[in-house]
Amino acid sequence: MKRTHILVCTGTGCTSAGSFQTRDALLAELEKRGLAGEVEVVETGCMGRCDLGPVSMVHPDGTFYKNVQAAEVPKLVDEHFLKGRAYDKLLPTDPETNHLIKTQADFTFFNRQLRIVRDNCGIIDPEKIDEYIARDGYLALGKVLTGMTPEQVTDEIKASGLRGRGGAGFPTGRKWELMRLAPVNPKYVVCNADEGDPGAFMNRSVLEGDPHSVIEGMAIGAYAMGANRGFIYIRAEYGLAVKRLHIAIEQAYKLGLLGKNLFGTGFDFELEVRIGAGAFVCGEETALMRSVEGRRGQPQPRPPFPAQRGLWGKPTNINNVETWATIRPIILKGAKWFASIGTEKTKGTKVFCLAGKINNTGVAELPFGTTLREMIFEVGGGVPNGKKFKAVQTGGPSGGVIPEQFLDTPVEYETLQKLGSIMGSGGMVVVDEDSCMVDFARFFMEFCCDESCGKCPPCRVGTRQMLNILNRICAGQGELDDIQKLEDLAAMVKDTSLCGLGQTAPNPVLTTLKYFRHEYEAHIMDKRCPARVCRDLLHFEIDEPLCKGCSLCARACPVQTIARVGTQKKFEIHEEKCIHCGACFEVCRFDAVKKTSPGMLVTA
Amino acid sequence: MNLEELKKLKDKAQRQVALREGNKKYRVVFSMGTSGIAAGAREIMTTMLDEIDKRGIDDVEVAVTGEIGLVDAEPMIRIEEASGEKVTYAKVNAADARKIVTEHLEKGKIVEGLAVGKVKE
Repeated sequence: MKRTHILVCTGTGCTSAGSFQTRDALLAELEKRGLAGEVEVVETGCMGRCDLGPVSMVHPDGTFYKNVQAAEVPKLVDEHFLKGRAYDKLLPTDPETNHLIKTQADFTFFNRQLRIVRDNCGIIDPEKIDEYIARDGYLALGKVLTGMTPEQVTDEIKASGLRGRGGAGFPTGRKWELMRLAPVNPKYVVCNADEGDPGAFMNRSVLEGDPHSVIEGMAIGAYAMGANRGFIYIRAEYGLAVKRLHIAIEQAYKLGLLGKNLFGTGFDFELEVRIGAGAFVCGEETALMRSVEGRRGQPQPRPPFPAQRGLWGKPTNINNVETWATIRPIILKGAKWFASIGTEKTKGTKVFCLAGKINNTGVAELPFGTTLREMIFEVGGGVPNGKKFKAVQTGGPSGGVIPEQFLDTPVEYETLQKLGSIMGSGGMVVVDEDSCMVDFARFFMEFCCDESCGKCPPCRVGTRQMLNILNRICAGQGELDDIQKLEDLAAMVKDTSLCGLGQTAPNPVLTTLKYFRHEYEAHIMDKRCPARVCRDLLHFEIDEPLCKGCSLCARACPVQTIARVGTQKKFEIHEEKCIHCGACFEVCRFDAVKKTSPGMLVTA
Repeated sequence: MNLEELKKLKDKAQRQVALREGNKKYRVVFSMGTSGIAAGAREIMTTMLDEIDKRGIDDVEVAVTGEIGLVDAEPMIRIEEASGEKVTYAKVNAADARKIVTEHLEKGKIVEGLAVGKVKE
C-alpha cells in the first residue's frame, strides 16, 4: 500500500511546460531513494492553474506545488517525502498577503470554485477507468438503465433546468424531449467538442481530465432519446484529448459499459470519435454534421433542425462537452439539488477560462450568478503589474467586450446578452489599459474573416470589408465616415448571414464601438492610438538625459536607424527609417526610450 | 456488466482513490528525522502500511514528520484522531506496529503498554 500520492497534471498546458519529464524524474528519484513502495505517482488531467505549470498535488497532505520542473524533483523528494515537510520554493504565494500557500484548501483560486463538471479533473488518472468507477463512475448509467424510463430521464433533465453549455443556452431537457418524440429511426447523439474560440479551453480540460464523464452522459442521453449510436466530434489539434478519448472508449467497451446489451437491459450504444480538421465553422451544428458525414463543413439553413433531419437525414441531438458531462451528477444527485445552484433563470455551474491580462490564468468552475468582478478580481487575482482593468471579452470572437462599469453584473446568458455580448463557451479574455480596443476588435474580425466558410456572401464579403476598414483605421488612414460604414456593415452581416458565425462576427466591433467609441475617433480624427499599440501611429524618441549610452537599443534595432549623437556617448533615433517596431523600447533598461502616440499635430 | 458487478468493481477501486479524498478518521505520523530513520522508522512504516493494506483499513492516512524531540525513544509514532485526540507510541518494533494496527486503528483501543502519552486538544 502506498501512503501518499503525488498527482502530476498532464493536461496540455502542463505537458507543454514539461510535466512528462517531471513525472519521469519523480519515478526515477523515488526509485533511487527507496521510496517507490511508499509514494505513488499519478498522472491526472488539468488542475486549472495552467500558468503555474507544471503543477502538482500531494495527497493526503493537500500540498499544491507550482513550476515543478524535472530539475527540482530531487530536492522536492528530499524535502517532502523523505523529511516530511513542504518544499517552500515551489509553494505558490498569496498575492494579497504575500504568504506561502501550504495547502490547496487555502488557495483562493481553488476554494472559491464549485466543482461539479470538473469534480474528477486533477484527481483521477483519466487513462484508468478504475479510478473513474471508484468515484461513482457509470453508476448513473446503471441507475438510468435499470430503474428509469426514457421519459423519466428526460423529465429529470427538464426539472434540473440544465441549459446547453455550448453558448446559446437552450434548455437541454426540451431538446431531448423533441428528439425522444421524433418518430423516425435510427437516431443519433453527437458531442460537439469542436472548441475553437481564442482563449477557450474548458472542453479540452474536461476531455483530457475526465473523458468518461462525457461518454457516460452521452450513453444516458442516447437511452433517453432512443438513439443507439453516438459520435464525438473533436478537432485534430486536441491531440491529447483525442488520445484519452480513444483509451476511455476502448476501456468502456472492454468492461461492457459501451456496446451491446448494457447492464443486461438490452440497450445497445455504440460510440466513436470523429476527428475534424479544426475549422471554426464546424462548431456550428449543421456544418458539424456534414463534417461527421465526411463532407465539406458548411452550414445549412435551419429548419429543418437536427432533431428533425440531422445526420444522414435522421433525427440527431447535438450537445456540448460540458452539457454531456453535467448529466451524470444530475442523475446521481437529483434535479432538485442541481436546480438549487445558480440563478433563477440559469441553473448549475459553468466552467470559465480566464485568459489575457489576468494574474491567475486557467480554468475555473463557478456557479451562474457569480459577478464578473468576483470572477476576475477574486478568482482571477486581478490584472498583473498594477495595470488598470479596461474590459473583458466574453464568448470569444462571437462575443463582445464589457467595460469596467458593468463589472458587478452577475454572469448568466441573459445578462451578458443585454450588454451586447454573449456567454458563448465561457471564455473570458481580460484586457488592460495597454490594449487598444480598435486593434482588439480587428484581431477578432481577422479571426472570423479567416474562418468564414465562404458559403454566404454577407459573411464572406462583409467580414472582409469590415476588416479592411479596421486595418485602415489602425494604420492611421481612417476616414470620417468609417464608423458609420462599420455600423451599417455590422447590421447587414448580423441580419443576413446564414449561420451563427456570421451572425455574431460583428459583436466585437459593435461592443467596442458602443463602449470605446472615443478610441476609434482618436485613431480616425487625431491619428492617435491612446493605448500606444497601433504601430503606424507611434513615435519613438530617446530621452537624452536618461540615456546611458549602453548601445542596447542600437544593437536591437532591425533597421539600424539608431546611432550616436555626433561624437557623444548618447544615442538618437533617426525617424525617417524607423519602422516603429518597439524593439528599442523593449530592451532599454533605463526607460530612456519614450513611446508616444502624439497624433497628427506633432508628427505633421 | 450488471449493476452488482459495477458496485463490486467500485469497492475494489475505491481504496486506490480514497487517499486523495481527505477527511480520514486516523492520521498516523512517523517521526522521520535522522534519529528516527537510524532507529528503523522507515522499516516500521513499511510494516505498518503492509498490515493496514492486509486488513483493508480505509480510514487512515500515513504521514511523516521531522524529529519529535525524544531521541532515545525512537522509533516514535503519533496517532491523531479526527476528534483531536493524540496518542504517542515509543520504541515501536515490527510486532508492535502490527499490534497498533489491529488494536488501535481497527478496534479503536489504545495499546496501553506502548503508549507514552495521550493529549486531548
